[in-house]
Amino acid sequence: MTEAAAHGAHPPGFAHQFEDMQQQREAGNLGMWVFLVTEILFFGGMFTAYIVYRLLHYESFVTGSHLLEVKFGATNTYVLICSSLTMALAIRSAQTGKRKGQIIFWLILTMIFGALFLGLKFTFEWRHDYIEHIVPGFGFQYRPEWGSLGPGVQMFMCFYFFMTGMHAVHMIVGLGILTVLVIMTARNKFSPGYYAPLEISGLYWHFVDIVWIFLFALLYLIGGRY
Amino acid sequence: MSAEAHHAEPGFFRKYLFSTDHKMIAMQYLFTGMIMAVIGGYLAYVFRMQLAYPSQQVPGYGVVSPNEYNSLVTMHGTIMIFWVAMPVLLAAFGNFLIPLMIGCDDMAFPRINRLSYQVFFLSAVVLLASFLVQGGAFGGAWTSYPPLSAKGAYNLTPVGASMWLVAVALEFVAFLLGGINFVVTTMNGRAPGMKMYDIPIVVWMIVLATIMFMFSVGPLIAGAVMLLFDQLLGTGFYDPGRGGDPLLWQHLFWFFGHPEVYVVLLPALGIVAEVVAVFARKKLFGYKTILHTAWAVWVLSFVVWAHHQFVAGIDPRMANVFSITTLLISIPLAEMVFVYIATLYGGSIRLATPMLWALAFMAEFLIGGVTGIFLGASGTDIYFHDTYFVVAHFHYTFVPIAIIAVFAGLTYWYPKMFGRMLNETLGKIHFWGSIITFNVIFIPLFITGTAGDQRRIYSYAQFAEQARPALQHLRVVSTLALLVFIAFQLIFVFNFLWSLRHGQRAEANPWMANTLEWTVPSPPPHGNFADMPTVYRGPYEYATPGRREDFWPQNVPN
Repeated sequence: MTEAAAHGAHPPGFAHQFEDMQQQREAGNLGMWVFLVTEILFFGGMFTAYIVYRLLHYESFVTGSHLLEVKFGATNTYVLICSSLTMALAIRSAQTGKRKGQIIFWLILTMIFGALFLGLKFTFEWRHDYIEHIVPGFGFQYRPEWGSLGPGVQMFMCFYFFMTGMHAVHMIVGLGILTVLVIMTARNKFSPGYYAPLEISGLYWHFVDIVWIFLFALLYLIGGRY
Repeated sequence: MSAEAHHAEPGFFRKYLFSTDHKMIAMQYLFTGMIMAVIGGYLAYVFRMQLAYPSQQVPGYGVVSPNEYNSLVTMHGTIMIFWVAMPVLLAAFGNFLIPLMIGCDDMAFPRINRLSYQVFFLSAVVLLASFLVQGGAFGGAWTSYPPLSAKGAYNLTPVGASMWLVAVALEFVAFLLGGINFVVTTMNGRAPGMKMYDIPIVVWMIVLATIMFMFSVGPLIAGAVMLLFDQLLGTGFYDPGRGGDPLLWQHLFWFFGHPEVYVVLLPALGIVAEVVAVFARKKLFGYKTILHTAWAVWVLSFVVWAHHQFVAGIDPRMANVFSITTLLISIPLAEMVFVYIATLYGGSIRLATPMLWALAFMAEFLIGGVTGIFLGASGTDIYFHDTYFVVAHFHYTFVPIAIIAVFAGLTYWYPKMFGRMLNETLGKIHFWGSIITFNVIFIPLFITGTAGDQRRIYSYAQFAEQARPALQHLRVVSTLALLVFIAFQLIFVFNFLWSLRHGQRAEANPWMANTLEWTVPSPPPHGNFADMPTVYRGPYEYATPGRREDFWPQNVPN
């Protein structure tokens, strides 16, 4: 660091506590990976609780799973996978030194896909659940055909809203990060030599997508209805 | 660093409240932790007075009601573990020592570091504010077991219970942010020449503890949000009436809660390792042994948690498994203490205050470890469960960790932190006063616990099968010893504050130690190292044959 300062050669985005850009980039990547490990544990706790309760109340959870509309979940899965692709393309554009307009285009497209996911979830799927009276705490009604399974079905819906809700919170945080990235790109912060914020935000975005893949499989598809 | 030196001196707020300098953040954590320790100690004073002199006026508080008693013990446990042991041992020492000991300017992500303290501060505010809300602070025990914690009708502190959860979750977020910094800085920012086995033990221990914390806390954060929903939204994750299971919380809590013991223990063991080597003037016996045993503790700590649940209705076959893992984990810890004792053997020991604390740690922690065997074995635990034997046991582990080892570290690094020496005489008076009274507080509790005294009882006189008037004098002895213990802490506070101004000025390396933090001036300037140090050897080369001096700093070529 002393060397670089003495020569007055500060590359853009360089922080004083590092020796060189290479070290800074490695630090950023490692930091994000460490953070993602803690996130895996966070979601892992929920998945473990979900699996244990599923084993305890198997019939109820199958009944509950059948209440979910696969068409919503499948559409959203498709939307999120598309957003992962556009995120990767945004990073690729920065890496290969494309015009900033192109980076912004891919970032905005990623945001549109993210917003589409949340829009579908809130305005179609959760509204549909509300009308069907299967939102715990908001007019949840036992149905006669469930018989004694009622409390277990409600528990399934608790898990469903809790886990997808936590995922949605992560999506909203991701949209905030993308907004910051668009502003940074517009201000010419990135170059083929420095695009670390894009790269580590991409890691986060892909992680959130992967969590959804697990949610989709474990909440919607499981239960042998096809 | 040199670029920073040209900057103008920052204003008061930027320097002390919004600093990104790792040393200042360490001080923020240290002082916050010390203030919280005073509050936690005050709570202990109030409920110990209630136990010794039931339903009488407590000076400085008033008469303790049963609900308040629950809040007092809950908040004492919560504050001492999450707002004293964690911030001081991990955050204060970690922030101060890691960059200085591995030879870098600052943490890898200084602004995340600042955010970490700010979130931590917020969590402390939320926790303390819960004393003021309706119903008072949470009274459902620091383990917060549902259904007691989930229903306001049961714990009588509906608002306090939710604030407790929010505060704890915020605190965890703060340490996750800080932990990312610790791991990345140590892996990424070491001075040239410093190989993995040249890293000082205390840095290793803090990093291992941090990783352990980060690997265990995630499920509990998820569980805490679920409990919060049970309290506020009426979900039933832990409510057996609605298909939930209270045992789930116990698993999520102790999957974090037991590693948490080792999260604070490892940094304490690291501090003791540094102090022992320097004051025995001898190479640390078995550097790699310490590391490997620490890794063994790290792995085993994830598979011992259910020993807290032997009477909670888990399968007896599971109890066998967890008994075995729990007894196994004492092996690497015992080995570590043997290594420290072997380091003493044949050394030229200087009994300065830090060394006294380090030696006391080994002696007192031994009692904590040995009494733990009774609780780890499921057969004896069924008898001892929830008695004062448990209380005495974990205070014999936590006091050596969070008080004795912290005093060893504070008295050892005080010259580096503040540029002055502490007064030795006052330090020794404080040491002997604290150690003797500490034992007088807790040895009687082993006896009352073995006789059957349950913990978390407001007044024994009100339960015929709990009264045992013959034990009352032991309860009084314990309380009186606590009063003396607190009085001796005033000596430390005086010594600490007085020496800030009037202590003898400390040179760069007053203890003649090898590690890199002693190569910079005391206190270190912003940016730490004027020139990037190069490391040539491990940190414990004391009394090397053929050298004129008995120490050999890591950055000296020959």
